[in-house]
Amino acid sequence: MTARPRLVGGFVWGLAGVLLIALAWEGYKFFGPADGLSIGELRVLPRTTDLAMPHLWDMMARLAEPVTRAEGALPLWAVVALAALTTLGIAAAGWAVGVVVGVGFALLMQRWRLAEFGLLPWIVISQTVPLIAFAPVVKSWGSRVEIGSFEWQDWMSVALIASYLAFFPITVGALKGLQSPDRIHLELFETYASGYWSTLKQLRFPAAVPYLLPALRLGAANAVIGAVVAEVSTGLQGGIGRLLIQFAGQASGDPAKAWGPIFGAIVLGLVAAGSVALLSVILKDYRRTEEAA
Amino acid sequence: MSDQILNSAAATDAPLAAGDTDAAAVSVRGVNKQFQTATGVVHALEAIDLTVSAGEFVSLIGPSGCGKSTLMRLIADLDDPTSGDLTVFGKTTTQARLDQDYGIAFQQAGLLPWRTVAANVALPLELHGVASADRRSRVANLLDMVGLTEFADRFPDQLSGGMQQRVAIARSLAEQPRLLLMDEPFGALDEMTREKMQTDLVRIAADTGAAVVFVTHSIPEAVFLSDRVVVMSPRPGRISQIVPMQLNAIDGRQERSDNLREESSFFEMVTEVREALHGGASDSPGDEPRQARGVDTR
Ligand SMILES: Nc1ncnc2c1ncn2[C@@H]1O[C@H](COP(=O)(O)OP(=O)(O)O)[C@@H](O)[C@H]1O
Ligand SMILES: [Mg+2]
Repeated sequence: MTARPRLVGGFVWGLAGVLLIALAWEGYKFFGPADGLSIGELRVLPRTTDLAMPHLWDMMARLAEPVTRAEGALPLWAVVALAALTTLGIAAAGWAVGVVVGVGFALLMQRWRLAEFGLLPWIVISQTVPLIAFAPVVKSWGSRVEIGSFEWQDWMSVALIASYLAFFPITVGALKGLQSPDRIHLELFETYASGYWSTLKQLRFPAAVPYLLPALRLGAANAVIGAVVAEVSTGLQGGIGRLLIQFAGQASGDPAKAWGPIFGAIVLGLVAAGSVALLSVILKDYRRTEEAA
Repeated sequence: MSDQILNSAAATDAPLAAGDTDAAAVSVRGVNKQFQTATGVVHALEAIDLTVSAGEFVSLIGPSGCGKSTLMRLIADLDDPTSGDLTVFGKTTTQARLDQDYGIAFQQAGLLPWRTVAANVALPLELHGVASADRRSRVANLLDMVGLTEFADRFPDQLSGGMQQRVAIARSLAEQPRLLLMDEPFGALDEMTREKMQTDLVRIAADTGAAVVFVTHSIPEAVFLSDRVVVMSPRPGRISQIVPMQLNAIDGRQERSDNLREESSFFEMVTEVREALHGGASDSPGDEPRQARGVDTR
């Protein structure tokens, strides 16, 4: 129940995990064969050369250095941070659209059984269409959209794909949550002559919170993955996806640099998950049960 | 008196919605309720006639499945009778529900886990737009009444089962209803808590002057609480006998204290109700054991 020790505990474990990975990396680099291990044509262990596996401290040091040798270039970490922020913004937009659409679908399906029968199969099927693979097509559709002064931007295609991946778990979680109130509670509200909206506000939504929070977290993770991959496949400038590709291309000359955006992507995922975790701290009273002490 | 009630309830040209003040708290006339199930039709209630006067405390007792909860749900307008007539304060049950004429408590407390004790009691007031200052003072009074003032800011999962049930009872009283419907509200409590709650309920009902329809499994509980005990039998659910309680303290319900439990008149009444249950009404003396099943005779 007490949030603080658990939070601290989680932090300690997280730190221990990172340390373990760092030790494994450097340990393998030190003891492993320089040329890796191959069975026939198949390489089962990677090379340990500085080109394939730079030292962790080299990667860290590289983050502090300017991104290019050009005059007045920003340090690598700042470039990565800016790109990560851009991607975070796009993912957040996609997530927000996913929340609105997902909760909207859930409300429709909760209210009308018929809507559930009619919609739910299509919503499930929709996820078998790998929209992410069609990212360039989505982009070209988008570029044709022009309504008055509104013009479709390329980042919107990326956000759209992010929302497409985010809305599904949110729909399912929200529907389950909205349908979760016990009969005893529903009948209690009926005896209060409570209408649809006040029952929704005072009973269904609060009861849905424990189902919604994991769904929102899953949605956020999906939105981040969707945004990064869609950036890569549409070639959108400015985000972390583009940076990943660009710096990987320079890895032969500057191997530590390619790791900058990878760290950026990891931090990006953590920030997204952390934001939703913050939400669940704020809503902690809604995760209580009725069980007697 | 009861004839007059019968007439006024039966008169179709009477303004039902107005709910005249003389009307009985509950009037049930020739009610049948059948459920269609996969295995056939269940006659949950058959030919039920019952009048509960304003301010009267009536218990329904009988073995499991004799239709006590069903009758309560019909009065609360949570279900409709297959045939027959029900009125609450002279109105249709739907109108009475919309007018918030009754408060209800079930076997489970049914508190909202994300609301504090005070907010749970305030729920009906909030839903009906009672101003927040008024709400606060009423909640404070109610919590005082059930002895939970110090627990106002706790959450349900921090309370014992008995405390939760007391919160639920405070909530059912929040709108000062003239009728209380209670379906085995003390069923899940231990004996000690149960007796305390019974004493409290008698006091609360006397203080507020509310009529109470109280479902129970326990004969002593029914005797201790009630003005009349309605004995029911199952398959089909029928009223087999209505036993008026003649206790020494009957004149004032507030007089009904724990001492009553030791009085000889109390035991006489317990015996009478038990015989009514086991005798299973004079018309069917043959099936005593069946009728007694499920009844708690402690
Ligand atoms: N919704 C329902 N559908 C089918 N049968 C029901 C339903 N509700 C109650 N019954 C049946 O009606 C009878 C009376 O039930 P109930 O009123 O709950 O009895 P009690 O509260 O006295 O134990 C039982 O046989 C029960 O199985
Ligand atoms: Mg019952």
